[in-house]
Amino acid sequence: MKPLLTPAMAPYVLISPFLLLFLVFGLFPIVFSFVLMFHTWDPVKGLDSMQYVGLENLIFAIEDPLVWTSLENTLWMALASGMPQHLVAIPLAYLINEKMGRWRNAAMGAYFLPYITSTVAIAIMFSTLFSTDYGMVNAALAEMAKWPWLNAVMPEKNIDWLGSPEAIKPVVSAVVFWRYLGFNVILYVAAMQSIPRDLYEAASMDGAKSWQKFFYITLPQLKPMMFFGVTLTVIGGLQLFEEPFILTGGKGGPEYAGMTTAMYMYRTAFDFNDFGLASAISWMLFVIILIMTVITNKAFKSKEGQA
Amino acid sequence: MKKLMGLSMVALMMCMPAIAQKTVVTVAAYPAVDDIVKAALQEWQKKNPNVEVKVVGREYADHHTAMTTALATSTGLPDVMTIEYGYLGRFAQSGGLEDLEKPPYFLGDQASKVVSFAMAQGRSASHGQVAMPTDIGPGAMFYRNDVLLKAQVTESELTQSWESFIRGGQKIKKATGAYLVAHARDVKDIVIRAGIPAGQGVYFDEQGKSIIENSPRFKRAFEIAQKIRTEGLDAKINPWSNEWSESLKRGTVTVQMMGAWLGGHLQNWLAPNTSGLWRSTVLPERIATSWGGTFYAIPKKAVNKEIAWDLIKHLTLNSKQQQMAFEKYNAFPALIEAQNEDFFNQPVAFLGGQKARLEWKKTASQIKPTMVFKNDSLAEEIVNAELDLVLTKNKPIDQALKDAHRLVQRRASR
Repeated sequence: MKPLLTPAMAPYVLISPFLLLFLVFGLFPIVFSFVLMFHTWDPVKGLDSMQYVGLENLIFAIEDPLVWTSLENTLWMALASGMPQHLVAIPLAYLINEKMGRWRNAAMGAYFLPYITSTVAIAIMFSTLFSTDYGMVNAALAEMAKWPWLNAVMPEKNIDWLGSPEAIKPVVSAVVFWRYLGFNVILYVAAMQSIPRDLYEAASMDGAKSWQKFFYITLPQLKPMMFFGVTLTVIGGLQLFEEPFILTGGKGGPEYAGMTTAMYMYRTAFDFNDFGLASAISWMLFVIILIMTVITNKAFKSKEGQA
Repeated sequence: MKKLMGLSMVALMMCMPAIAQKTVVTVAAYPAVDDIVKAALQEWQKKNPNVEVKVVGREYADHHTAMTTALATSTGLPDVMTIEYGYLGRFAQSGGLEDLEKPPYFLGDQASKVVSFAMAQGRSASHGQVAMPTDIGPGAMFYRNDVLLKAQVTESELTQSWESFIRGGQKIKKATGAYLVAHARDVKDIVIRAGIPAGQGVYFDEQGKSIIENSPRFKRAFEIAQKIRTEGLDAKINPWSNEWSESLKRGTVTVQMMGAWLGGHLQNWLAPNTSGLWRSTVLPERIATSWGGTFYAIPKKAVNKEIAWDLIKHLTLNSKQQQMAFEKYNAFPALIEAQNEDFFNQPVAFLGGQKARLEWKKTASQIKPTMVFKNDSLAEEIVNAELDLVLTKNKPIDQALKDAHRLVQRRASR
């Protein structure tokens, strides 16, 4: 009997589930959004209402002050949440790896927990913590203000964390930092474990102290992982959506201070029904992410051309 | 075993014609409209035993996104589409919904059975009567009676004029420390809805051009909101936030202006512990406006349009159903006949035995139709952002309105 699948066909059939899913949910949206960038389209009017407008959407997006406000917000928050992630994660990973012994996995798990926590739970928790009149953050600040030596630096009134344009960006950045710190810690601990122990032993024999081992062995050996981690942070930071979305109730907060470009793009499409403009913004964002990733790549490249 | 299988096959085959005959009507809705439809089905299915109704319930935003996608691709369209007022502008102008005045629907005279402003909201200039109202939200002012008594402020002080409203707020703040309103923006939202000329929308004129810069409604609204902020009378909290519900529970916010349906929310989950402390009255300067509202529509590409229309009529023109939706789900009836039921004369225990429903009914009859435009939500957003700048950065009002107008016009002219 002839086999149902010939050896020549088998690979294609076996790969087809992935390929189909990728074509439908990966490639098609990308191509469609590229086509949409050159069209106006009000989706409720159906596909027939698509009209070719050339570069109009792109020009509109470039001239749109809200696009620039959102880009500024995105860069601010990406930097404020991204930099500390790595500056804290590396020493923390070193501590966990070197000093925590059998508690290492438990500590990593604890730091990783926010990363896998549901966004809804995070939204409820942080909006409760940062509530102006009933939140624990303000309650703690008010309590600290009673201490004589802290009195001068503590705010007199409750801070409107989620309702004032000055406070919303730091709050969102703090939440992003809290959420992704654990992920970076895991990356760095994994990288540290692959550093040959004999390097440390040799250093010890030469009389190197703990901090010297960290700066002269661990840090240089971590460079490839730093490149990977920083690249992910740059991309993730520029695509920031979930955290500001949930903390500002999906609107972007007062004076759009918490509105990121990804959020503005989403709102342009789904709240304001302008899919052409939204696609143009998404491709603008793509170019910016590309440029930033190339810059990151250049920054991490060593003289030998290796990351 | 074989015998058993044979018997089950026979039983299955006997059932099949019955299954095949059943027509399936799909209703897409958001909470609590999905529950209202389900509750109304019992009665309707007595007349339509061969119709199976599938109610697809989704969360509010998800539902409207799903309907947008369904209209965009013409797939997965329900037979009955529920649309909330906030989304009506863009859906009504889509051209993808049936004109209910045309055959086979013939809404015709029956339209007069429903409050006129809501009927007008469901009408599109180019596509006809595309949506049928089922519930409305006549605006009301809910206030904490205990706080007013403590501050010796009367109800009429709050309703007479915006100036007396602010004076009342100052007294309340002084005597009790409570804020007058949750957010100055709430007050702006009412003032801009007062005195809209016929045919115009809140933000746009008949031609779809922004009227934000030159309409005196906006200037006054911004001035009143600014006054409320500078006097420290607003708690700076957004509706539907944790803090908002906490303030309503604790009485730290005295007044909340919203649709009459807020009474039900306060009673059921927002502040059930405050029973008897709240009262409802008209909005300041007796402004008659509405908050939200639910509509039913039939997509042009729906499969069972006539049955869908029969179900919509049952939901919207049947007084018993409308009343049930009001009693059980606080959906204020759009059907005038349902507003004449005895339920309206009954005192509301949560509101201290007040016969508040009569007042809401009166408001509903005074509301003027306002046109909806597809860029309404964008305009609202831009105006809110400019108001924020006025409130927090003291941006001059004229400049703020000018900037809002420019931004809205830029988008609207696309």
